Amino acid sequence: MTAAVETDRLCASYGGTPCLRDIDLRIPEGEMAALIGPNGAGKSTLLRVLTGQHPPASGGVRLFGRDVAALRPSERARWVAVAPQELLAPMPFTVEEIVGIGRTARLPRWSAPGPEHRRAVEEAMAWMDVLALRTRTFHELSGGERQRVVIAMALAQEPRLLLLDEPTSHLDVSHRLEILRLIERMNAERGLTVLLTSHDLNLAAEFCRRLLLLDRGRLVAEGPPDAVLREPLLREVYHCALRVRREDDGALTVRPVRPPRSAAPARPGANPSPPAE
Amino acid sequence: MNRRIRGWFFAVLALAGLALCLAIGPGGFGWPDWGSPVGIARRERVAAGFVVGAGLATAGVLMQALLRNPLADPYVLGVSSGAALGAAAAIVLGAAGFAALPGSAFAGGALTLLLVYTVAAPRGRAPSLYAILLSGVIVSSVFGALLMMLISLAPAAGLRGITWWMLGSLQVPSAGLLRAAAVLVAAGWAAAFAFAPEWNALTLGADTAHNVGVRARAAVAGGLALATLTASAAVALAGLIGFVGLVVPHGARALVGADHRRLLPAAALGGGLLLTACDTLARSVHPSAEIPVGIVTALLGGPFFLYLLRRRKGWSA
Repeated sequence: MTAAVETDRLCASYGGTPCLRDIDLRIPEGEMAALIGPNGAGKSTLLRVLTGQHPPASGGVRLFGRDVAALRPSERARWVAVAPQELLAPMPFTVEEIVGIGRTARLPRWSAPGPEHRRAVEEAMAWMDVLALRTRTFHELSGGERQRVVIAMALAQEPRLLLLDEPTSHLDVSHRLEILRLIERMNAERGLTVLLTSHDLNLAAEFCRRLLLLDRGRLVAEGPPDAVLREPLLREVYHCALRVRREDDGALTVRPVRPPRSAAPARPGANPSPPAE
Repeated sequence: MNRRIRGWFFAVLALAGLALCLAIGPGGFGWPDWGSPVGIARRERVAAGFVVGAGLATAGVLMQALLRNPLADPYVLGVSSGAALGAAAAIVLGAAGFAALPGSAFAGGALTLLLVYTVAAPRGRAPSLYAILLSGVIVSSVFGALLMMLISLAPAAGLRGITWWMLGSLQVPSAGLLRAAAVLVAAGWAAAFAFAPEWNALTLGADTAHNVGVRARAAVAGGLALATLTASAAVALAGLIGFVGLVVPHGARALVGADHRRLLPAAALGGGLLLTACDTLARSVHPSAEIPVGIVTALLGGPFFLYLLRRRKGWSA
């Protein structure tokens, strides 16, 4: 089977500074994987290189066996879709119009969009549960609603590979869970290959079968969550002490450990008590 | 659905409004004799008002989408100052021929965009929107200074020409020029309409446009060129007329929404109607004199824009 994403010895740089070094990546079709790593490790850059938006300095990217650089933009848009971390709509587009923009590459120039367009938009909105919002203006939605609309826009492309840049970073706990469950359902029921970036190691471990750990532009570990989330490795990558535990229900959790207290002076009033009379 | 009905209703209303403008003149209300000089002049003026208004509104829609800024207008990248400089140079140098003034205005506008874009682009890479805006503002003010220098050097006879040109007027110097401007505006509008899905995507940013399959760099450059084409054609015909390109896209968006497939037709009709109506006012308010139409558009457009801003609660819409 051809891999959804394959890179060999991929390097990239921004303004002369190298930010991806010798990345060998292979994500099989149907996988749900998370790209993790500290700020500036190169996660977003890797996503931009995978979609051909940023040219690699050396090495190549193949999506479903085809070289990304050789794909026509409209062809590429049918294979890979991206849900950005944040979408700013400076004009008053409705939810339905935003989702329809996902189908830009398939729209006819001179005639109105046909039934196929409407079907795909309806379906994408149904998957992300935003049908009820269709006539609302995008910029008056809440953060969780916006994120669902942004993903619906990507789904309207009917891609085989979905890249999500920090899909949960602006959301509270319950909305994070909701978004990831919707993505998981797309992956399970439609066979959509998913690659997302995340700073939430717990949720990444919970939902993704495979983690890819980036550190300063290098892929330093990859595999199932329990193979990647190891204390010594994480300490080295994140430069802080972390504790990894397996909960009773089998879930892996990672939590940061604060440095020992002794060095810092005791803070008076940290635990407010009723003032003494 | 609601928006579609509103759109058609507006189209019918706009055509009725244009007919009304044809019937109004300094002599009062009534159809003129179409074969008479008065009749020909009035037909030409209404046609010129429609072409110039539609051209400016189309350029405004494109600029606001490409720069992702609802405050952008057709002149934001220096088309106005470049065109004004071209026209003033033609006047000062005493260039003759019916096309000398509009031709040099058109060339000035187009060359300015090229300069702004080249200055903004770092070697061989796509310029950022901020760089384009910034270089537009700077080039505009430098050209503004050059224009003032030309004006201070101009012979007295040329001054009135320059002033009128900068205030804007729809007195058609020749039917050939009107036809040329109409063809350029119509072609620019049609090309813009064909790429409506691309403008929608670019409004959400170059990254998103890239991801949904748009050649973002080429589309931005092409869109700026189309906006400059329609704006320069309008400026060449009528001089500098402000506010139409800024206000009309907002009004059209309030009416039919942000989708460029509906927005471009609505804005072209609305711009044409607004400018024609303003010009009807400008030429009939005083029986013997005529107010420059640019003054009327600014006096009406400014308050209308403020009203829209207040009604929509904020700048984001």
